[in-house]
Amino acid sequence: MSNEWPLWEVFIRGQHGLNHRHVGSLHAPDAELAMRHARDVYTRRNEGVSIWVVPSSEITASAPSDKGPLFEPSNAKVYRHPTFYDIPDEVGHM
Amino acid sequence: MYAQMVKSEATNDDPEKLAAFQARIDAGEKIEPKDWMPEGYRKTLIRQIGQHAHSEIVGQLPEGNWITRAPTLERKAILLAKVQDEAGHGLYLYCAAETLGVSRDDLTEQLLSGRMKYSSIFNYPTLNWADIGAVGWLVDGAAIMNQVPLQRTSFGPYSRAMIRICKEESFHQRQGYDLIRVMAQGSDEQRAMAQDALNRFWYPSLMMFGPSDKDSVHSTQSMAWKIKINTNDELRQKFVDQTVPQAHYLGLTIPDEGLVWNEAKGGWDFSEPDWSEFYEVLKGNGPCNTDRMEARQKAWADGQWFRDGLMAHANKAAARRKAAKVAAE
Ligand SMILES: [Fe+2]
Ligand SMILES: [Fe+2]
Repeated sequence: MSNEWPLWEVFIRGQHGLNHRHVGSLHAPDAELAMRHARDVYTRRNEGVSIWVVPSSEITASAPSDKGPLFEPSNAKVYRHPTFYDIPDEVGHM
Repeated sequence: MYAQMVKSEATNDDPEKLAAFQARIDAGEKIEPKDWMPEGYRKTLIRQIGQHAHSEIVGQLPEGNWITRAPTLERKAILLAKVQDEAGHGLYLYCAAETLGVSRDDLTEQLLSGRMKYSSIFNYPTLNWADIGAVGWLVDGAAIMNQVPLQRTSFGPYSRAMIRICKEESFHQRQGYDLIRVMAQGSDEQRAMAQDALNRFWYPSLMMFGPSDKDSVHSTQSMAWKIKINTNDELRQKFVDQTVPQAHYLGLTIPDEGLVWNEAKGGWDFSEPDWSEFYEVLKGNGPCNTDRMEARQKAWADGQWFRDGLMAHANKAAARRKAAKVAAE
């Protein structure tokens, strides 16, 4: 019988106050060891100040086939971008 | 490099889907694990990334055996850090392979049963301290040649693993060169050791790139899929051109009487390694194949009670937490 340690996804916040970012995954028997392994595997060079570990099985991901319905509607909404608006030169930087 | 002679797998997919897939790759899009991909692409990648991961792991053995014998505390700390990085590289790559639907234990078992390979280079012994310098300088140097272009590979998780690895790899080569430089500029005896290490590691390093594949169908398919970026000969030539001046700077001689500068191509002409030796090593008949496999098998077998114990503990603790929660409700 396979007794493989479950898979965990690792997220790390870097030095400069940015969001936690997914950096990879690892196997560990529980959360405590996943944390220790994450520290050894993903932060050997000061890559972070905070670690999240999440069981991979707990992640709900969008399907590639949802790409159209999810993201295409925003393609048409060009007015959401500042470049959509012409501000007269005389007004200066805005 | 760490993945040698990876055969591309035939694919029997719908031609329309195949064409759309190829168009995505040609447009420079990354393929992600849940995207549709040809069966051949998936299988070839599992084999290639798996072989690469195994090489990182087995590659710890020839260096690890010198950690306790490093000549200074600083060199010991450096070597320990380098070997620890290689463990990390193996783990990044196993994770990338797992996104393709193969399990970690399955990959490990395929290595241990000999069904999956690791790079030929790690079947050569590290006989003395100068060899540790030669490994960093030449072996990591050759690996970098291959890994830098692979950062652009089409498969997203592989590409991201390569980016991480390349960030760490340059330290490996530099510490090796620094080590061998100290020896090359040391006593006569040390200089002789440095030269001897270069003599022994030169051709095995050239073999790392694999035999010429400019006419290979596997190579053509892998290059179309962007899981191979350069031909073996291109990378080997680049490696020689980069390494020869580094050796000359140290006053060391490349053990090749055929080595001449070729002005027309702007590179060095050099002798091919003995490919029959390469095939023998791949077949399991290299100087250290048996030792390496035994060391991996022993580590896996000896660790079993520990892996199982931690898992049993985790399961019990989870059951206790669940029971306590039910009781509290
Ligand atoms: Fe590595
Ligand atoms: Fe390395």
